[in-house]
Amino acid sequence: MSSSSNPSGNSPVLQGFLRSDGRKGIRNCIVVAYLVECAHHVAREIVDSFRGQPVHVIGFGGCYPNAYADRMMNRLCTHPNVGGVLLLSLGCESFNRHRLAQNIAESGRPVSAVVIQQAGGTRKSIEAGTAWVRQALRQIADVPRTPLAVNELVVGTICGGSDATSGISANPAVGRAFDLLVQQGAATIFEETGEMIGLEDVMSARAITPELGHELKQSVEKAAYYYKQMGHASFAPGNAEGGLTTIEEKSIGAYCKSGDSAISGLIKPGDVPRKGGLYLLDVVPDGEPRFGFPNINDNAEIAELIACGSHVILFTTGRGSVVGSAISPVIKVCANPETYDRMSDDMDVNAGKILRLEATVDEVGREIYQKVLDVASGMQSCSESLGHQEFVLTYKSFEPIGPACLPA
Amino acid sequence: MQSEGKSRKLLRIHPDDNVLIVVSPVSPGDRDLVDGRELVFTQNIAIGHKVAAREIKAAEKVYKCGVPIGSAKELIPAGAHMHLHNLKSDYIATYTLDKDNVFVK
Repeated sequence: MSSSSNPSGNSPVLQGFLRSDGRKGIRNCIVVAYLVECAHHVAREIVDSFRGQPVHVIGFGGCYPNAYADRMMNRLCTHPNVGGVLLLSLGCESFNRHRLAQNIAESGRPVSAVVIQQAGGTRKSIEAGTAWVRQALRQIADVPRTPLAVNELVVGTICGGSDATSGISANPAVGRAFDLLVQQGAATIFEETGEMIGLEDVMSARAITPELGHELKQSVEKAAYYYKQMGHASFAPGNAEGGLTTIEEKSIGAYCKSGDSAISGLIKPGDVPRKGGLYLLDVVPDGEPRFGFPNINDNAEIAELIACGSHVILFTTGRGSVVGSAISPVIKVCANPETYDRMSDDMDVNAGKILRLEATVDEVGREIYQKVLDVASGMQSCSESLGHQEFVLTYKSFEPIGPACLPA
Repeated sequence: MQSEGKSRKLLRIHPDDNVLIVVSPVSPGDRDLVDGRELVFTQNIAIGHKVAAREIKAAEKVYKCGVPIGSAKELIPAGAHMHLHNLKSDYIATYTLDKDNVFVK
């Protein structure tokens, strides 16, 4: 597997895994998905016996039904990086495992369900699940390989463990990488409307239609209202320690990850962009606050970016986050040169060079672009090679997007 | 992104900004050039933190990356550290932990 390193030339061709539904993945993993917390331990025990192999745990802990969680699980289990799925059920939870299993089967993937109460408890469920995963790994080894162009990639971005360096080195550099990806026809997704507060008009002006601009502005107003109800903005004590003073200041830092491209659409968790361009992912629930904070941590947002089809996640950090994710590789772009020196094993790109005046934003942007191609070609990111496979999914509620959100 | 004049400690991100970013740790007595004027620092300031590029009046909007990030709580002299004590959000109060790890506004 190889890729060209020239972002301005012809679009490089990578190798992907072709799925029956026509989508293409850059990984080929088995997902073990628990459908209630009561089945989590059994799922974890099964996955633990495949250490070093592409077998990941995801799941939903809640016992009560939730349309958002149902949609997320369906999208994640049929993500192009997923080759097959084992569902883990206790037996009395309300998750609709039959419909999920049917959707996975219809996508052409091997799928099976272990129901702990029917299988005879913990030990027998672990044995049955382990045996199924072992044969499923053999089965998906035959998934056809296919050429994959950059314009077939979906790339998401998020920042976490931010400090004031995030917004002045890593995030502007990711913005340049996003510009290069959009120029090549890829779909790119930025998110966290709670981090756009104060920038509504600046962002609306970038929309490809005035109606979309109105939707973008409304999504930020919704976020501002929601966070006021919560009494907290998306602002952790570590942010202030790192030099950030206000939510607006953090907003600019987060916002500049989007680069300079026009904004092609507004999507919600589980909406997959059908063509290239730059998309805003609205992660704030609709309606009055019902289940608490929009996203309780970075991995809840990463899971949403992946449910929107992201093959790769660009994660910028100043203070030094170490997380990865199930299903899609996470590339760490470290903003702070001191953090990079201390935690370089966890960091894929050192954007702190910008602050030491050793590299320009453009140069680091090109380095990030190339890292995306390398990881899409099979190279492991740092978090992948360290075994990080975090996953979080909680209760939320959304209305479907309106017609103005995805202009033709 | 270039350093301002001969400055090796401070970064101006946008021409409209009235704050500068510390890119090399600052100690009391350190000097740096900003807009052709010499600043003498009186505090330790960590990288990533902000200092006033010029005198900023109380209630004046504070700009970083060319976009307002809040307003000054008080008169801020050129070169002073700018943070929770003298800069406030115009949207929502910033919560943080005090010395005893208690949430404060």
